[in-house]
Amino acid sequence: MLHFQRWKVILVGIIVLLGFVFAAPNLFPSSALQGLPSWFPHKQVNLGLDLQGGAHLLYRMDEKELVDDWLGTIRGDVRESLRSNRIGYIDLNKNTASRAVSVRIRKPEDVERAFTELKKIAVPVGADVFGGFSGNDIDVTRSGDKITLTATEVGLNERISSAIQASIETIRRRVDAFGTTEPSIQREGRDRILVQVPGVSDVQRLKGLIGETGKLEFKLVDPSANAAEVAISKKVPPGTELLYSEDEPPIPYVLKDRVLVSGENLVDSQPGFDGRTGEPVVNFRFDAAGAKRFGRATQDNVGLPFAIVLDNKVISAPVIREPILGGSGQISGNFTVQEANDLSVLLRSGALPAKLSVIEERTVGASLGADSIDSGQKAAIAGMILVVGFMFAAYGLFGVFANIALLVNVALIFAVLSLMGATLTLPGIAGIVLVIGIAVDANVLINERIREEMRSGKSPIAAVDSGYSRALITIIDSNVTTLIAVLVLFWLGSGPIRGFAVTLTIGVLASMFTAVTVTRMLVAAWLRWKRPKELPL
Amino acid sequence: MFRGIKFVPADTKIDFVSQRVVAWFVSAFLTVVPLVLVATIGLNMGIDFQGGTLIEVKTKENPAQLAEIRGKISGLGLGEVQIQEFGAPDEVLIRIASQPTEEEQQTSIAKVKEALGDTVEYRRTEIVGPTISSELIAGGTLAVVVAMIGIMIYVWFRFEWQFAVAAVASLVHDVTATIGLYAVMQLEFNVSSIAAILTIIGYSLNDKVVIFDRIRENLRKYKRMPLVELLDRSINEMLSRAILTHVTTLLAMMPFLFFGGEAIYGFAIAMCFGIIVGAYSSIFVASPMQLILGVQREAFSGSPSSAKGKADKGKAEAEARA
Repeated sequence: MLHFQRWKVILVGIIVLLGFVFAAPNLFPSSALQGLPSWFPHKQVNLGLDLQGGAHLLYRMDEKELVDDWLGTIRGDVRESLRSNRIGYIDLNKNTASRAVSVRIRKPEDVERAFTELKKIAVPVGADVFGGFSGNDIDVTRSGDKITLTATEVGLNERISSAIQASIETIRRRVDAFGTTEPSIQREGRDRILVQVPGVSDVQRLKGLIGETGKLEFKLVDPSANAAEVAISKKVPPGTELLYSEDEPPIPYVLKDRVLVSGENLVDSQPGFDGRTGEPVVNFRFDAAGAKRFGRATQDNVGLPFAIVLDNKVISAPVIREPILGGSGQISGNFTVQEANDLSVLLRSGALPAKLSVIEERTVGASLGADSIDSGQKAAIAGMILVVGFMFAAYGLFGVFANIALLVNVALIFAVLSLMGATLTLPGIAGIVLVIGIAVDANVLINERIREEMRSGKSPIAAVDSGYSRALITIIDSNVTTLIAVLVLFWLGSGPIRGFAVTLTIGVLASMFTAVTVTRMLVAAWLRWKRPKELPL
Repeated sequence: MFRGIKFVPADTKIDFVSQRVVAWFVSAFLTVVPLVLVATIGLNMGIDFQGGTLIEVKTKENPAQLAEIRGKISGLGLGEVQIQEFGAPDEVLIRIASQPTEEEQQTSIAKVKEALGDTVEYRRTEIVGPTISSELIAGGTLAVVVAMIGIMIYVWFRFEWQFAVAAVASLVHDVTATIGLYAVMQLEFNVSSIAAILTIIGYSLNDKVVIFDRIRENLRKYKRMPLVELLDRSINEMLSRAILTHVTTLLAMMPFLFFGGEAIYGFAIAMCFGIIVGAYSSIFVASPMQLILGVQREAFSGSPSSAKGKADKGKAEAEARA
């Protein structure tokens, strides 16, 4: 146990050296690192949101809205299909609860033909790697004169997946515009998106930007209706809808249902200032199709007001003075500079496919994060000093060996954390401290065992030798059981807890390495050098 | 040369296992009473498991005017609101009960911010919706159960089933005792409490395995020694190690109690308590249980040819590797 092959010693030496080299950047503030030569490692441990401040937002997509939209599309398709095939129908309904659209065919002789035509609406989805598919997105069934189109589970999953993907892209564009460093946006589970933005201070604004659906529509104001009266009587004329502005108190508008142009036709939007009044505005540009449609609509309705509607709220309702043919325009609405800026980001990033709601939010202010780092550091250093002092008191020289191993251990933890790009959280700092306890335990086991072997009358070298080999079994057994508990933590935990599990795992592995190699080599070297008659233990 | 202070004499001969009747009572007390406490006074469930909103603020005036803040917020109609000092006189924790929908939870925060305005600095906001809180409860329970099962299998594999049962029984004891601490001190029970409990499980088990290891070794060494004497001998032999290790871990953890800040305080106190309870249960629960479960000595007969014991095989392999 005490004789090492040269290459092993060299290997361990290299690992320890690399540990210190890669842990070193963490000793410097990141500003100081910039000045260091490029061969010097620059990677530092990432600080968790709880230490550097930031926002953790978990969104859930409104599945009901998604289903509702989809059923609306199916209903449209059914109408279109039956009309173009000249099949008479009644009772075309959608039922969100049962995820189905049903229709009854007037003439019995048309039912078969209608069934064949409507089946064409369904498309195969969920193509897997084997080239097969898991089924259609819609199930078409009939009973008597009634044909029912039901959205299938696979179809819904496919819709959710693509809606989540699209939302992630949209959110990324919005958050990027916020100008923070390294936001992380990822899907979680079936219908959730986790957004983590470090260092953000105005969380309210961030949430406003992410959570807004961003559905922009241009609609005509119904000139024949008196909006104030409709708002009181709630009797909305057919083909129109009642919407409000965001003013205080809200102003009602009666708008025609038909959408002139929607946000999908926008190619660009930028914040700017109105040439005459100097107030902040948003300038936008339509694509060719949008420009054409908008041009025609404005041409036909000169002198009438139209409304710019964002997420069912009227932003403004200007009167069309002249046809707008160039495809670009301006939205004004008593914005502040920031509001104009945010609105342009919203429009540029596109609309979310469905509403997202925050189901979990954890925000830490930068000052609390800094306080946590400070107190965590203080506590960890105090703990370290106490442990090192106690080990020396308990074991003298062998305590010094254990303390060197401990130092190597901590360096290895930071080196691995830095290289992995892992995240250090406040519980993670506590984890490092716990690892210090565990690492010390390995050395305590060894030293106690050596003491026992000495008492049974063994020579120093024999005592150290069998001390190490016997203690090793215990160390492995006890550490593996700890690892089991920690792996469960990693598997089931999230955020800071996961950070804790990662630090603990690395620490336990590093402590096994240092206990069985580093201290053993130190003790062996010392024995060869001094050739003591008895051990100072 | 300085040889180190021997904090624990080498030849202690304490009759731990003979005291087992007293120990059974103490252990039963530590296992049952927490359950009663949880049922009666209950745990101070954090928003992780209950849903709700938590806002930590630092006030501009020192100390914070709690009554004034309470006055401003209680009028908002947000249901149950708790306002307490948190760590420092100018730091206040505001807890708002879970609102019926996620949207209302969002508006509740906006309302509080409107009511308090710029008189405070917002240090931390946490909103946990009803969906997440029930998932976190399920996840936390699952984590503890899965860890227990994994540990049981490993110990069974490396030792004998009696050891596995004794280990899990004493871990259940440690877990309930720790939960009892949360109930008595009314510490907030949240996701990091689950982390603390799992870490205590890992640490405490580590300690049990070390003693089991020695019991196994002694079963091989002293074939005719009465079991009570053998268990006592094993515990005494490991006493110095146990005390040194627990003291160092406590020393490492304790500074977090004093300057770890409020966020880590609950975690640190649970860990310190768990270290002590774990040390107790290794000696007074896990070891004496071997007497009840009846360890079969044949399984540890020591001669590799018997090949009955999985443990023997495992040990032989470990030695071969070493």
